[in-house]
Amino acid sequence: MDINDARTIVTVLGLLCFIGICTWAYSRHAKSGFDEAAQLPFTDDDVPDAREARRHSKEG
Amino acid sequence: MQSQATYNYQVVRQFAIMTVVWGIVGMLVGVIIAAQLVWPALNLSDLGEWFHFGRLRPLHTNAVIFAFGGCALFATSYFVVQRTCHTTLFAPRLAAFTFWGWQLTIVLAAITLPMGYTSGKEYAELEWPVDILITLVWVSYAIVFFGTIAKRKVSHIYVANWFFGGFILTVALLHLVNSAAVPVSVWKSYSAYAGAQDAMVQWWYGHNAVGFFLTAGFLGMMYYFVPKQAGRPVYSYRLSVVHFWALIFTYMWAGPHHLHYTALPDWTQSVGMVFSLILLAPSWGGMINGIMTLSGAWHKLRTDPILKFLIVSLSFYGMSTFEGPMMSIKTVNALSHYTDWTVGHVHSGALGWVAMISIGSIYYLLPRMYGKTEMYSVKLITTHFWVATVGIVLYIASMWIAGVMQGLMWRATNPDGTLAYSFIESVKASYPFWTIRFAGGVLFLSGMLIMFYNMVKTIAGEKAYNAPVIAPAAAHA
Repeated sequence: MDINDARTIVTVLGLLCFIGICTWAYSRHAKSGFDEAAQLPFTDDDVPDAREARRHSKEG
Repeated sequence: MQSQATYNYQVVRQFAIMTVVWGIVGMLVGVIIAAQLVWPALNLSDLGEWFHFGRLRPLHTNAVIFAFGGCALFATSYFVVQRTCHTTLFAPRLAAFTFWGWQLTIVLAAITLPMGYTSGKEYAELEWPVDILITLVWVSYAIVFFGTIAKRKVSHIYVANWFFGGFILTVALLHLVNSAAVPVSVWKSYSAYAGAQDAMVQWWYGHNAVGFFLTAGFLGMMYYFVPKQAGRPVYSYRLSVVHFWALIFTYMWAGPHHLHYTALPDWTQSVGMVFSLILLAPSWGGMINGIMTLSGAWHKLRTDPILKFLIVSLSFYGMSTFEGPMMSIKTVNALSHYTDWTVGHVHSGALGWVAMISIGSIYYLLPRMYGKTEMYSVKLITTHFWVATVGIVLYIASMWIAGVMQGLMWRATNPDGTLAYSFIESVKASYPFWTIRFAGGVLFLSGMLIMFYNMVKTIAGEKAYNAPVIAPAAAHA
């Protein structure tokens, strides 16, 4: 097999792989997982809980 | 609660502070070389060759990309990966090594580049001993980052971590391939490649340094800090997944547009052009995803200067990722290549997109590293925003005008076919625009100094704070 055949095959496989990812991403099946993942930045409140206490101790 | 494990904020804090410090250093060198173009005597030739434009220019690019941008990427990725994985950093000593190793790399760059030790590859100038140090730091970075993901306490890997991970892996690959060289002495080596292939490897590296170092990593910032600051989840998570894979599949092929009309085979140039044009789609998909995250909360833009930084950075991302594909079209490139238009394009990406999203993210991070929720002065953030924005607009507008003018002057011919202008005439015509560019750079640098002052005031007298690790189940409830 000519090396260019291998190159063509890899390129076509790459495209098919990408189309597969798009189909999967927009399938109903993936939605619930995505909704969960999208909440990850909000699952822990990074406002320091020590803040209030420290502020009071400073004023006091 | 007292004995609870805390996130490793130490290394995040160190990198966040150094982001601001190196930002000032790198942009100061940028302002100096911009001034040298207007007032060539600033080359300081009487003192020696160390301050010449050719020596300082790679110092500027290395300092802003790898010192400023690099520190911002380390700081934000270590912060985001810990918090979205609900676990502390894997191998904390290795994480500390990445900080000190990276600072040493930067210092070595600041010494060797003005001394003239360079491999001559743009954005990869550092000689082989420094390249080996970079490799060690980068492998450690990958171990810390992916180790942290491996021990995550949640099932999903948040999309920001995908972008950070893609950036770390690709930069490792790019660095190893492009830096392959034969050393002949401690500070001199020759590339392992020759001729047009060397040029192709260099610009495969060069454009992916833009695509992965300066884009994918910063998109990781966008996917965490924009939702966080806007207080709402990303507009479309599925679009973010497609955005990620589309970038991964296309960016790798765009490099040849840096070599239009050179000895590179014509078909390779065309492939590079086509893939650069395709890149418009994922770039704008990502930009729209970031900006639309604000839908329903647009009013926050009016009062929140951190959001202003983040959203305006996305506007510049959209602008420069539209401009880039246009400039990659061969006929457009025939006009723009080697002119200041390219310099303007790069800075609309580097100042508008990369620097502004980093600055916004660091303004979010810094106070939290000291147990606060806000910087010392929110007003000063607003001032910084406007000073920086005016600076960028002056910079890129002057470079657009200068660039198009230069391109038109260079290609202009008389009826008999001779060139209408000598090169030096285009240099003379560029002076006013180089002065405006200098002014824009000074403004942007002033913004960084305001940020430094604000940072010092925020930190002064405060104790370092490490937030407790919260179990994901408790957080989900």
